[in-house]
Amino acid sequence: MTDTLTPVLTDIWDAEQSWKLSTYEDKGGYGALKTALGMAQDDIITAVKDSGLRGRGGAGFPTGMKWSFIPQDNPKPKYLVVNADESEPGTCKDIPLMMANPHVLVEGVIISSFAIRANKAFIYIRGEVLHVIRRVQAAVEEAYAAGHLGQDIHGSGYDLDIVVHAGAGAYICGEETALLEGLEGRRGQPRLRPPFPAVAGLYASPTVINNVESIASVPSIIEKGAQWFASMGTEKSKGYGIFSLSGHVTRPGQYEAPLGITLRELIDLAGGMREGHILKFWTPGGSSTPLLTAEHLDVPLGFEEVVAAGSMLGTRALQLFDETTCVVRAVLRWTEFYKHESCGKCTPCREGTWWLVQTLAKLEQGEGQESDLDLLLDQCDNIFGRSFCALADGAVSPIQSSIKYFRDEYLQHLTEGGCPFDPMKSTLFADQLEMA
Amino acid sequence: MTLTQETYGELEAISARYPEPRSGLLPMLHLVQSVEGRITPEGIEACADILGISAAEVSGVATFYTMYKRKPVGDYLVGVCTNTLCAVMGGDAIFDKLKDHLDVGNDETTEDGKVTLEHVECNAACDYAPVMMVNWEFMDNMTPASAVQLVDDLREGKEVSSTRGPRLCTWKEAERVLAGFPDGRVDEGPGAGHASLVGLELARQNSWTAPDGGSAKSLGSGTAETKSGAAAQADTGRAETETIQEEGKK
Repeated sequence: MTDTLTPVLTDIWDAEQSWKLSTYEDKGGYGALKTALGMAQDDIITAVKDSGLRGRGGAGFPTGMKWSFIPQDNPKPKYLVVNADESEPGTCKDIPLMMANPHVLVEGVIISSFAIRANKAFIYIRGEVLHVIRRVQAAVEEAYAAGHLGQDIHGSGYDLDIVVHAGAGAYICGEETALLEGLEGRRGQPRLRPPFPAVAGLYASPTVINNVESIASVPSIIEKGAQWFASMGTEKSKGYGIFSLSGHVTRPGQYEAPLGITLRELIDLAGGMREGHILKFWTPGGSSTPLLTAEHLDVPLGFEEVVAAGSMLGTRALQLFDETTCVVRAVLRWTEFYKHESCGKCTPCREGTWWLVQTLAKLEQGEGQESDLDLLLDQCDNIFGRSFCALADGAVSPIQSSIKYFRDEYLQHLTEGGCPFDPMKSTLFADQLEMA
Repeated sequence: MTLTQETYGELEAISARYPEPRSGLLPMLHLVQSVEGRITPEGIEACADILGISAAEVSGVATFYTMYKRKPVGDYLVGVCTNTLCAVMGGDAIFDKLKDHLDVGNDETTEDGKVTLEHVECNAACDYAPVMMVNWEFMDNMTPASAVQLVDDLREGKEVSSTRGPRLCTWKEAERVLAGFPDGRVDEGPGAGHASLVGLELARQNSWTAPDGGSAKSLGSGTAETKSGAAAQADTGRAETETIQEEGKK
């Protein structure tokens, strides 16, 4: 019987100087690396496949399968690139992970690079998190000094170098091919696929791109076994994951649990919604995953289960909004974000997100008309699935889902000639304002 | 202003970290900002010269990414997250208050050159909403009052620390770290803030842990081989979890 919460990646976070090599090694860190260096590389890939680990960056693609796509007969160098560009609104798991426990990522990078026969790995961290970058830079330096990185690692004959690369502010670089463009020193615009990065990625060489949490999960799989990992979670969503609760909940924060836990359970753990309020809508995995409501509290948070409920598990970024929140305001702000972050490569996204903002803004101000809702849905239809990458698909998610569940609230803006909500009531400091 | 030979050497050293030199361009532009206080024509020319590409190509990259600034930035780049969750939790009110208090608009600098104010997109700290960033360090759970206090302290030259990080450095110094030149502040601040630890604390209180490796392996042989078997197991597991929780409440 698995416990309600299963700290693995977070287990060291409360230790004194948790980010230091000595702290990590005192708790058994880099033991998995020694095991892995004694294994056949294909056996590591098989172990990750057997564990059922699926990508933790949102898409849920099986990690071991991704690794097995690397053509080992290709004479070009192979590369591992870690996507640490965490920018999806609501998503806040990789950043605290790298701040508190950077060595689990570094150890995961070494084992994963060894498995795919890469001698160079890159950790692409968004630039806007200075202290996190410091911690990862230092962890890599400590790993070199300890002989975990560099030439002939622990006498295995295997060489690996890691470069920590700071991005410069672009949500789109979380998309894996745009990230590669950024890493090649170009504007971050997604590439046409195929060819997929496994065949022609960084410098047109075979490249694996994995999320921070995916790579950080690898040492535990090697240390404790694929079966151990697969003993947690649901049928198709194996293992543990970090669930990030934010918004109108009593104790927002990080909860590491087996996949398949429900939002109802998580809210209970978090002390309930803030006192005197009820859940109105939520995102299961960031703003690009369609909104859900209180009727979905018991949906198991696994990949297929959330799809069946009409959304996506995404990054387990659970943003919770109570009844004081105007859904039209929330959706307009997300739409402005997508408009700002569209890289401009594909016309439906570049132009479409501007039209969406215009239409939504009028509705929010109470100046539109009911037919604008159909116009919005028509615009969404002309954007979804018509661009190189998923940014545009994500942009329409909040709009389509909010109209589905809260059509009346949109209309209320029209009948009342503006927003019927008081934005101050939804703030963290609402109580203080009432007292003042 | 022209770049010194030392800066030129550091720009070359950045490009040398990569199998192909152009990969160094993003951190090189961070270094340009740390020296010049913004992306300058001289900085663009230097990068183009070192990488053997045109100034137009460098400029195209510099204008794509939001962290690169074309105008001088104050000592402290103060960002207020106004993406949906932070905005709803109070970010909009904080941003309005600061614009008013500092008498500047978005992406503008105070007359004393100390503070540049901007609104930022989600910075991956939603469990600490509303969030502000100063030179890309976290300032968590802000209010309009604490935001005003923060910028006043910065303008008066007081030492200010991130709420879960180190003492704040200047924006130029921060840009140098982003270029890959550490500043020795890595061990300041905690490993994790309070919100990062709520789940772990709960697990400790209830003695909840991940399964033990050895016993899980023996359990593994009992894992269902068929989909329906696995589903039944999973469902049972959830029911048991809920039962335990219910009992815990009594």
